[in-house]
Amino acid sequence: MAKIIEVQIERCMGCHSCEFACAVAHSTSKDMNVIIQDGEKPGNRISVESFGLKAVPINCRHCEEAACILACPTGAVHRDRAGEPVIVDTERCIGCRMCVQACPFGVMTMNPDGKSALKCDLCIERLAVGQEPACVEACPTGALKFIDEEDANRSKRIKVAEQMIAAQQGASEETTREFTVKI
Amino acid sequence: MAKELKYADMASREMVKRASEEGVQIVWDRYEAMQPQCGFGTLGICCRNCSMGPCRIDPFGEGPQVGICGADADTIVARNFIRMIAGGAAAHSDHGRDIAHTLLLAARDPNSDYQVKDPEKLKAIAELYKINIDGRDVREIAEDVALATLAEFGQQEGELKMALNAPPARVKLWRELGIMPRAIDREIVEVMHRTHIGVDAEYKNIIRHGLRTAISDGWGGSMIATELSDVLFGTPSPILATANLGVLNKDYVNLVVHGHEPTLSDIIAAVSNDKKLIQKAKNNGAKGINISGICCTANEILMRHGIPVAGSVMQQELAVLTGAVELMLVDVQCIYPGLNYVTNCNHTKLITTSPKAKIPGATHIEFHEDRAVEIATEIIEIAIDNFKNRNSDKVYIPNHIERLVGGFTAESVFNFLGGKYRATYRPLNDAVIAGRLRGAAGVVGCSNPNVEYEEGHIKMVKELIKNDVAVVTTGCNAISCGKHGLLKPESAFKFAGKGLQEICRAVGIPPVLHLGSCVDNSRILRVLTNIVSEGGLGEDISDLPVAGAAPEWMSEKAVSIGMYFVASGVYTMLCRPLPITGSENVYNYLTNEIEKEVGGKWAFELDPIAAAHKMISHIDKKRAELKLKPMMYEQALKPAV
Repeated sequence: MAKIIEVQIERCMGCHSCEFACAVAHSTSKDMNVIIQDGEKPGNRISVESFGLKAVPINCRHCEEAACILACPTGAVHRDRAGEPVIVDTERCIGCRMCVQACPFGVMTMNPDGKSALKCDLCIERLAVGQEPACVEACPTGALKFIDEEDANRSKRIKVAEQMIAAQQGASEETTREFTVKI
Repeated sequence: MAKELKYADMASREMVKRASEEGVQIVWDRYEAMQPQCGFGTLGICCRNCSMGPCRIDPFGEGPQVGICGADADTIVARNFIRMIAGGAAAHSDHGRDIAHTLLLAARDPNSDYQVKDPEKLKAIAELYKINIDGRDVREIAEDVALATLAEFGQQEGELKMALNAPPARVKLWRELGIMPRAIDREIVEVMHRTHIGVDAEYKNIIRHGLRTAISDGWGGSMIATELSDVLFGTPSPILATANLGVLNKDYVNLVVHGHEPTLSDIIAAVSNDKKLIQKAKNNGAKGINISGICCTANEILMRHGIPVAGSVMQQELAVLTGAVELMLVDVQCIYPGLNYVTNCNHTKLITTSPKAKIPGATHIEFHEDRAVEIATEIIEIAIDNFKNRNSDKVYIPNHIERLVGGFTAESVFNFLGGKYRATYRPLNDAVIAGRLRGAAGVVGCSNPNVEYEEGHIKMVKELIKNDVAVVTTGCNAISCGKHGLLKPESAFKFAGKGLQEICRAVGIPPVLHLGSCVDNSRILRVLTNIVSEGGLGEDISDLPVAGAAPEWMSEKAVSIGMYFVASGVYTMLCRPLPITGSENVYNYLTNEIEKEVGGKWAFELDPIAAAHKMISHIDKKRAELKLKPMMYEQALKPAV
């Protein structure tokens, strides 16, 4: 899985647009007006939590060694192939909630209709047609970005490299100045 | 769900714990559930004024920097801000309209339940409106005054007469700036017009109209409300009373009035003394009828009749949860719809009375001024009948009560400083000039669960009086001060600085003066004007060593009040900022540049003691500009803890 949802918490405005977009994207009609009228409750798979005056979006990490997969007695929680998102087969799910207890991030919940476990599926249906995950698309400040992990790391490393070079150049300029003054 | 109130009065702490134990959701719980709150709203950069939107500006500069119509953050923030002012001004001014209308009824109907109680004040107002008073019957004058004030709501020409009460220098400034208020309803209509899609987009122009709208409230609708309430119900004079939930009495039929208009609460207070009703209460097993109040309507009947205050806005649910309230009677403003849930937990009846303010689940008994006593009697009888439904096992009245002195007005300052025959403000001005008193501060306003309940109110007031700043208070801050003992004269010796103590001892007043309800913030405007007229402290309100604050503000009314104090030349401090921080330009304008235009500005400081220090610094700056004597009892400001 090359792409992940990167969270920049300093950008989170607590607007809950990601939660809302997630619910709409996973509804039958995918139309927010229809959902309200039909009374459908798709549930949201990303949550925005508060800490003091700050807000933090918490999403599923699609862990390599997923506690939810290990806890599931029926194999409902699974991934189709290595490197793919962790998803729930609602037919197999018996609603035992062991996965809810097991998840250390608290992002495994129950579907509002109570029948099965609910978790982020990284919007695999949207990805298949070239769209970004709904929460990423909805985020108005870019707190959530869908990025290639290696690209993201590369940009961070380049930034660090720039800072190191700037610092080194600043130090060598000082030495030159001293030398000039001495003369 | 358990929320511990760290700085609040003991009764509130007990009741909040009890609510948690009983599993009842109250305002603090609903606040927690709402977290985190949307930052776009908090910053003021969300616009829903047309259906091209809703739009929001990205505060981090990457996403849209303008709405779909092209409005930038400055425009959006400014428009949202003046709509808040309009909301607050509308509430105050509509209340004023209702009082004026009641005066008209009293004037025209000799059998009305309302009558002119202060004819001298009526005559003073008549003179302002150039109404002839010579040899005329009081009710004739009252009719003309009522018609004249009512006309100001919709007039198409001229200026608001109450604004002429301001110092001449201030009136001149308002005229030069083009912000002299023209008509009460008009300014609010123009806010809605200017903020409609595709009208005003220039933030300073928008805010300038906001100033005018606020002035039409403080020196318009609110002032009319205060003045005509004094005419109808009596001008208050210093009076003893009590505050906090302990005023509820388990042996009595408890009726709590909540809301804002004394046209209702004053009648209830009077009718509750009816011997037949008291007997009926006794026949129902009670010892009598106990009236108390929440919020500003409580302040109105406290100021005039010494009726006890059960609590401030954030205690409205707690009062019901005592299980000892037979009936909570509400009219308008600051009434949580959530009251329906708590009144469903016990026998308490929730009665709405205003056609403008209905609550799902409540019983509506519409109050008509022309049948005031009749309807009030009906309501009190419902309360009496409900006494037997009380579950005595579940009654819990926190045994906390505090004595207080209230009832101060701009007029009473003349009297208690100068005495009956030489009524004057001179001793007050002299005290400021001599350095015994540093200056004055108005600390007012609501309470809000977004800060620790009463931490702001009490810490700020104590810090100010400790530094010889006399404090005047209104609204829910006044109730908080009352509950914490700051409205007692003897609290001067515990909390006030030496200079303020000397004045309190000499005159017999508390260090914090309760001037009334939220519309009575207009009394503070009159006090400031009187101080200016007395002389020696400058020519305009902006010269005075004074500051204002609303440390726990919640409502749009608070925004309007703050803006009319700024418009009047007063440094106005809030703890949590206005929702304007999404625009750097608007923020800088309101906290800095606007002072050059109107002599007043907004300030924001989260920590209440640091906020008090900033107010004191401002007051000291004004003292220096007036070249006043140094403070008699100077003390180094302790750094905020």
